[in-house]
Parts: sequence; structure tokens; C-alpha cells
Amino acid sequence: MISVRNITKRFGSYAALHGIDLDIEPGEFIALLGPSGSGKTTLLRIIAGLEFQDSGQVLFDGDDVSSLKVADRHVGFVFQQYALFRHMTVAENVAFGLQVKRRRDRPTRAAIRDRAEELLRLVQLEGLGGRYPGQLSGGQRQRVALARALAIEPQLLLLDEPFGALDAKVRKDLRRWLRDLHKQMGLTSIFVTHDQEEALELADRVVVMDHGKIEQVGTPEEIYMNPATPFVSHFVGETNRVTGGSGEIHFRPHDVDVVAEGGEAVLVDNVFRKGGCWRVEGALVETSMFVEIDVDAALPQPRPGDTIRIVPRRSRQFHFEPTSNPEGGQA
Amino acid sequence: MSNTLALAGAPPGVLPRTIARTWRKRSVMPGFGLTFGFTLAWLTLIVLIPLATIFLKAAGMGWHEFVAVGLSPRALAAYRLSFGTAAAAALVNAVFGLLVAWVLVRYSFPGKRVVSALVDLPFALPTAVAGIALTSLYAPNGWIGQFLEPMGIKVAFTSLGITIALVFIGLPFVVRSVEPVLADLGKDVEEAAATLGASRYQTFSRVILPAIGPALLTGFAMAFARGVGEYGSVIFISGNMPGKTEIAPLLIVTQLEQYAYAGATAIAVVMMLASFAVLLLINWIQAVNRRRMGA
Repeated sequence: MISVRNITKRFGSYAALHGIDLDIEPGEFIALLGPSGSGKTTLLRIIAGLEFQDSGQVLFDGDDVSSLKVADRHVGFVFQQYALFRHMTVAENVAFGLQVKRRRDRPTRAAIRDRAEELLRLVQLEGLGGRYPGQLSGGQRQRVALARALAIEPQLLLLDEPFGALDAKVRKDLRRWLRDLHKQMGLTSIFVTHDQEEALELADRVVVMDHGKIEQVGTPEEIYMNPATPFVSHFVGETNRVTGGSGEIHFRPHDVDVVAEGGEAVLVDNVFRKGGCWRVEGALVETSMFVEIDVDAALPQPRPGDTIRIVPRRSRQFHFEPTSNPEGGQA
Repeated sequence: MSNTLALAGAPPGVLPRTIARTWRKRSVMPGFGLTFGFTLAWLTLIVLIPLATIFLKAAGMGWHEFVAVGLSPRALAAYRLSFGTAAAAALVNAVFGLLVAWVLVRYSFPGKRVVSALVDLPFALPTAVAGIALTSLYAPNGWIGQFLEPMGIKVAFTSLGITIALVFIGLPFVVRSVEPVLADLGKDVEEAAATLGASRYQTFSRVILPAIGPALLTGFAMAFARGVGEYGSVIFISGNMPGKTEIAPLLIVTQLEQYAYAGATAIAVVMMLASFAVLLLINWIQAVNRRRMGA
């Protein structure tokens, strides 16, 4: 089990993390989700030992590893830009972690070669061991980086924005593949992302972070359906925010019924097809606040200038400061 | 598609197809013809014509005379000294220049700009000034020389002194060629090595050094080339004893002072061919390296 206890980190006067507590069970696939500057990467790097906390502890199975150097933590780390060794072949990259072992721990040459081949087969790059990273596509480089990290047989795999630099199609394939690999190898994995779709699709649990604090920890379902704070509600999934009274009301574009009478009037500004729906962008007539609504594509397509009437099916109300406890429920 | 367009742009039948394709390849980078033309004209004017006159002048003397002067024992000793000390100095610069570049790239400290400017100073200083300063430091009664003398180490008026002078003038080459590559290498590669269990030494020898190797070699080559041709700073510290501490450029000047123009050019030709061979070899190594890395 990986435990993070009351971690605080400052860069100069800038507080990157304050008071982070987190427990991760063996075998879990965890996403650290947040906007840039939320401290998610800093937290990942502290767990890896690439950065050191100002106070607090990192525990691996109950042992405090805070004073252990990165090389001794035995953690697999996949970097955002892959950080492959450009002057080494793919196979040499993968074998690096075994080559640098002390002589008495180091496998034989043949064993290292076999292991590298086995890992390349695992990441579906069989036969490319002789190439150089410069000769591979982005997705292939990413998989080399992964094979290299797995070579040292880590219990914990950390991935910093693993799909950030890839195009949409490759990204999607790699995601599914990574989830399978995680299960197959029985790893504990933590990955950092700013892409909520990625976090919700891949992770067993999502840790939503903002401004160096954890906003909410939960399963993708919990995070999406019951966001604990206005930030989570807004950051994860699409959300309409309507202020009124002592707080604001949040509702998803797809949690809306179009009705003939009653409800709120919306002046349609723009309409386009979004999958099986019409996405309507418009403004509430009463307050001229911007809203996005999904209308079933079976209904006639609304036109700009039309007025439609809506009733949110599900909404959440958040009170303004000092407390921001949700009073979720039916509107 | 680009090929058909390129061919459409070239007058048919004027050039064979393959040549037309190579030379008139359609590109978003315009002005190849113009810039390449200027490059050739410029190199011809600045480099080729002056060098060609040396060869012409040397060709004026007979083969026997050329060998007698250009490969005389005195000349051979001078070549050995020039190339030997230049190589030694370039090697020293490769090591310490790398260290300086490392410090300048990886750390920030007060006075960093001053240190960076200091590195370039050997470029700006008249080399004779450097030579005189070094000689007065390392002479047997100089600031540093007086401590080395009792230990039996002679610097001034020996090949060691020549090497020190060449180290001084060659320093900026290695620092400035390695610096950008080191900065570009990025910390994440080093971090990756660390997460894989590599020690600092392993990270340096297996990851950093091979990655900056080409830049280091370039810096070495430039420092070496500069050292071979260096005159001003060396003549003061070398003592200029024929056959012992007489460098090849000085031998050329000596010949000129005796109005032996043909002899001077003969030595110059030999030096030039040797330098060119070394630089060509280094460039070839670089090209092989680049191809290997698939860049």
C-alpha cells in the first residue's frame, strides 16, 4: 500500500502542495486529475523521489521512503516526453535498468537480451529492438518508455501525462491497452492527467486536485455523479453554472428536459450535432446566463433565435463561501 | 505530387529528370538557388581563392624542392609539435570545457553572467597579450613558475608551455559547442536513468556523455584546428628552438622573413592537408553518428 501523509511542498513562495493525504491500495489504478498548476505532477514526482517534500511522509507498505533516493525506490516512471535515450537502440533502452544493476545482481547478458525481447513483445514492438527512438512514431516511443520502466519489475508504476503528446486516435488505443496491461501485470499505477475523459475511462479511483489540495477522491462514477465541490463539478464533465440566491446551481447539459410550458426559457444562439443529440448553446432569457443543453436528436433541430423551455432533471446546489458543501438532489 | 509539380516547374528536356528532381525539388523553404549561389561565391572568395593561391605557389617549385623544405627534419619536428600540442590542449579543453558548460547549464549561481563572459574572453584578447601574460606567469621567476621550478617542472619555453597557451585560446570552443546540446538534453533523461536505478556515474558515462559526444567532438575539432594554426600566443612562451619548441606557423614566418616564399608555402600546404584530413575524419565520424541515430 502506498500512503501519502500530510505532504507539503513549496517552490519559493509558491505553495505547490499543502497537506496532501492519500492511501492507495495494491493493484489500484489511480488518476491524479487537475488543471495545470494544481500540484498533481509535483505529487507524482514526490512519490517517485524525483522531488522532495518539505514536510510529511511517503510510505511504501508502511515503510517511510522519504529519505530514499529515487534509484532505491524501485518505482517505474514514464515521462511525459518519454525521455528515451536517443543514442541507444530500442532494445538497449529497455535493457538499461538491468544493465546498470550491480554486478552480483545483474542477470547474464543472454538473460538481459531475452528479458528485453520479452518486454518488447509485451508492448507489441517485437522486431523493432534494433531501431533507434528517432525512427519510431510517438505511440511506439511511448510504449518503449513503458517497457523500459517495467524492466526493473516495479511494484508501482507512475505515469506523467502518458498520452499528452499523442494524437487522438493513438491515444484511445493506447489507453485501453494500458488498462489491460495494468490488470495483467498486477501493478499499482498512478497517472497524472488534465484530461477528465481519460481519468474517468481508465482509473479505478480519481483524485481531483486544484491549487495544491485534494478536492475529492472517488470512483469515476462518484466523481461524475456526486461532485463534492463546485470545482469538481465544473472541472469534471460539462456543467452549466447558474448563480442564484446564496449560491450556484450546477447541471449537466444532458440532465435537461425540454418542456412545452413552465421551466426556464432559453434563447437559442447556436446549434450543432453532437453524437446522438443536438447541442444547443444559448442564454437564459431571464438572466442572460450562458447555458449548453443536449436535445434528443429525435426531436426537431432547434434554430438560432428560437426560444425553448427547459427543466433540469438533476442539479446540484453549492452555497458560496465559507462552506461549499453540496446539497445535491432534485431541483 | 510534389515531384510532378517540381517537374512541371522545370523546363522539359533542359536537365535530365533525376537532376531536375534533386535541384528543383519544390519546397516551402524558398530561395535555395539564391542562397546556395551566394554560399558558393562567398566560400570561393573568402576561402577557396586564398587557399588555391597557396597551392599554386607551391606548385611552382619542383617536387624535390617541395619535399626538401616541406618534409625536412626541422619541418617534421615542427608539425609534430604543432599537431601534438594542439591535440593535447584540445583534449584538456574537452574535459574542462565540458565541466564549465555543465556548471553554466545545470546550476544557477550569482555571477553566472560574469563567468559566462569570462569564457569568451580568450576570443577577444589579442593572442600576443595572452602569450606575454602566460610567459611572465610561468617563467622560472614568474608568479607560478617560481613554485614549479623547485619541483623540476618547467613550463615556459617547453612544449608544456605551448600546450597551456593553446588550452587558453581553445577554451571557448568546447564550452560554446557543448552548452546548447547539454541544455537541450533535458533533465528528464537524467531522471529517467535515476528511476531505472543508475548511479550518478552511470548516468554520466552511459547517458549524458554519449548524448553530447558529437557536440564535444565538434568543440574538440575546433579547439584543435585553432591550436594548430595559433601563432601569437605561442611564440612568446615556446622559446622557439628549432627542432624542439618551434611550431609550424612560426617556421612559416621564419621562412617568409628570409624571403623563402616557396618554402613557406610548402610548409603551409603540408599543414593544410594534414588539418583538412583531421577535420574531414571528424566530420565523417559525426555523419556516421547522425545516421546511426536516425536523425
